[in-house]
Amino acid sequence: MILLQLFYEFFKVGLFSIGGGLATLPFLYNMSNTLGWFSHGDVANMIAIAESTPGAIGINMSTYAGYQVAGVFGGIVATLGLITPSVIIIFIVARLLKKFKDSQLVQNMFFGLRPASVAMITAAGLGVVKIALVNIPLFEATGQILDIFILPAIILAMVLYILSKKTEWSPIILIAISAVVGVLLHLGGV
Amino acid sequence: MKDLLELYITFAKIGSITFGGGYAMLPILQREIVEKKKWDTDEALLDYFAIGQCTPGIIALNVSTFIGNKRKGVAGGIAATLGFITVPIALLVIIAMFLKNFADYTIVKNAFAGVRVCVCVLILNAIERLWKKSIVNKKALAIYVIALLLTLFDFLPLYVIVLLAAVAGVLINDKKAKKESEEK
Repeated sequence: MILLQLFYEFFKVGLFSIGGGLATLPFLYNMSNTLGWFSHGDVANMIAIAESTPGAIGINMSTYAGYQVAGVFGGIVATLGLITPSVIIIFIVARLLKKFKDSQLVQNMFFGLRPASVAMITAAGLGVVKIALVNIPLFEATGQILDIFILPAIILAMVLYILSKKTEWSPIILIAISAVVGVLLHLGGV
Repeated sequence: MKDLLELYITFAKIGSITFGGGYAMLPILQREIVEKKKWDTDEALLDYFAIGQCTPGIIALNVSTFIGNKRKGVAGGIAATLGFITVPIALLVIIAMFLKNFADYTIVKNAFAGVRVCVCVLILNAIERLWKKSIVNKKALAIYVIALLLTLFDFLPLYVIVLLAAVAGVLINDKKAKKESEEK
């Protein structure tokens, strides 16, 4: 029974959260308040874990939350609940697109959508740069302009960029290299 | 069946190396889906991201469903989506069982500080590649700049920005089409 309720609650989250993983947060807080399945502290912990594991943040959070409530099956059921509405909606949208993809109107829409899509990717990239390559709190604390740059991270970024251009190495290898370098140089500052 | 299995495995692989949510998935999709498997184009990926931003649910999954659906219909969409979530679910269950403080471990913090640097570079690569295909003229550049500023300064929800961009695309090109037909 609890599994059914889990599915239903996360189905609602999947249906109403527009715009990616972090959009699920308000719903999780709400769930914490009304159903008491987990605490606000648990939600904060989930975010930290979701950000340090692969996959989409929303999925990681639903798995973790579902597990807290009803174990392994809870994790699976919550995640399936979360994804069901969007899968159905995408099937409908894909069918419509296929039907109208040659229409001038749809072509014109995509003319506007593609630059906007690249803009959002740019913004997402800048968001990562802000936490990975620069240290704004340190700069604010010391007032030293040089403190704003995390030098080892910037050098690593340059090396990775050159590797990505000069070699055919897959992103997996680059990610693995950077994880090892991160540990060796204590990039996390701990 | 073989195709579905291939979709499932491909997306399981993508799901296990996508760190940091939807947009970090793009460089990996370009490599696996566009270059290696040739299942889709760069332009189509951009369209999926734009649509995935406006439809409910998680962007990475919306994109996975789209690609799977294009290749093998509804079953393909489901196979790709389930593939994408398999490894994260398994990992999260293990963490929830044994490693509640996972995010606090020194080695995890340092490794992820490194991975985030790599994600910056991968996203930069993706943008360079998509630039030529999407910013085709000055009007497209204007839409890019305005959308970027609106996003960075958090003026509007992202899906509203995407919808406005679609409207802008229609208005700009309608005018052009009218002008051309008048000239004729």
